[in-house]
Amino acid sequence: MSTVELDRPRGSNYKLKVIDCDIHPAMTSWTEVHPYLEARWIEHLTVYGSHLRHAFSEALTHPRMSPDAARIDAYPEEGGPPGSSLELMKKQHLDPNGIEVGMLIPLRWNPGSQRNLDLGVALTRAMNTWQVERWVKQEPRLRASVLVAQEDTVASVAEIDARGGDPNFTQVLILPKTDEPLGRRRYWPIYEAAVRNKLPITIHVGGTNGHPSTGGGWTSYYMEEHHSVAQTMQAVVASLVFEGVLERFPELRVVIMEGGLGWVPSLNARMDKHWSRLRSEVPHVKKPPSEYVREQVWFSTQPMEEPATSAELIDLFDRIGWDRLLFSTDYPHWDFDDPRYAFRANLTQTQREQLLYENARKFYRLD
Amino acid sequence: MAQHVVATVDQIPPGQRLLVQVNGREIGIFNVEGEYFAVGNRCPHEGASLCNGRIVGLVEATGPGDYQFSRRGELLRCPWHGWEFDLRTGRSWCEPDRTKVRSYELKVKSGGALIEGELRAETFQVTIDKQYVVLEV
Repeated sequence: MSTVELDRPRGSNYKLKVIDCDIHPAMTSWTEVHPYLEARWIEHLTVYGSHLRHAFSEALTHPRMSPDAARIDAYPEEGGPPGSSLELMKKQHLDPNGIEVGMLIPLRWNPGSQRNLDLGVALTRAMNTWQVERWVKQEPRLRASVLVAQEDTVASVAEIDARGGDPNFTQVLILPKTDEPLGRRRYWPIYEAAVRNKLPITIHVGGTNGHPSTGGGWTSYYMEEHHSVAQTMQAVVASLVFEGVLERFPELRVVIMEGGLGWVPSLNARMDKHWSRLRSEVPHVKKPPSEYVREQVWFSTQPMEEPATSAELIDLFDRIGWDRLLFSTDYPHWDFDDPRYAFRANLTQTQREQLLYENARKFYRLD
Repeated sequence: MAQHVVATVDQIPPGQRLLVQVNGREIGIFNVEGEYFAVGNRCPHEGASLCNGRIVGLVEATGPGDYQFSRRGELLRCPWHGWEFDLRTGRSWCEPDRTKVRSYELKVKSGGALIEGELRAETFQVTIDKQYVVLEV
């Protein structure tokens, strides 16, 4: 058994060149979104507040390991939550980690899970503008994501069409805890709009839909709940396959973000096995499910699997497809992956560059 | 093995820590109830600045619902992923043989002893009447 040793100088000769597909920007104060929000909704938030499908609507569904699920070294000196200071983000992350492009994944306000649909829609519009004004215009390495309130399909389509073609935005962002599984036809206009605007759909863990966090019910412990993202993402992938979304929209490209990787080969194998026996129930699924996944689904890498041997990780990447993996750090959250040490495998320089940079460059068409 | 005077005793009160640079290495000095320990400022897992982590105790359980809390202030928890390291040994609690941070020898010496031993501290004016934390690297 080898001993892990990182006892070497921090600054290395190796120049990092990274596209980070998952950076979480935060607001110094929740009022930061007010300049982009209609007066009617500012007043609504003051009088009624945010209304999600869980108690303590401004809290997370389950206590995290640390407040805001953040690295404890990511608090700005000037105050505010981790992720709220662009200066600290540059100093602590973008500059030292060689981030050439970083995709913003805003989670605050959780607009897609607001029970008041009009408030949710207003928040998506405001937060989309906020991302551009507060982040992308201040830091050219950053890119915004089009937030949508997916339960209001008409408004979601309008927002995608409004932002489509704007180079500040690289993708449509949906959190997977939706009212129904994401493959259901009520959501199809969103996929159609994404394809029309040449934007991928990124599904990042989160959301609150009132359903228990696991298939077995509500958990007692954070550690127990933390695993549930893999279940949720498997349900999302299966739904997109079996409802026929990937068949109906062959140009649709989906990113499963922060859901883990180890389960992907087993889900594919299980879906293929069942398809060969039960295909006639879903005749619109015309080829083995794994083929849809291989062609239309990408996976972000963080939180990286840490198997005991390099060979296991290489085998996992072989089975998922090396070109389907998009590097992500999750900055400033506690389970951040450092681009130097995330992959505990003997990678060639070409493989490393592919994972850290090339795949995302091609996927997001960043030329 | 050279000795480096890195701090006066009163610079690091109990429960506190001080980050120092010795030979280009960042090392955290911790005072645990009057005992001093030193570990490298580098988490062996993914390289976080370990010494910015929370100082915690040891929570154990003989079985579900029966827990014990001991060794208050003797463990250091990484600011990123939460790995717990024993400040006495540098070993992680979950993988003590495989994942460990380098720990260093520390001694507390009086200014008189230091001057007699012709020890020089680059950044400290050593005086006879004070106590010093001396690191061996």
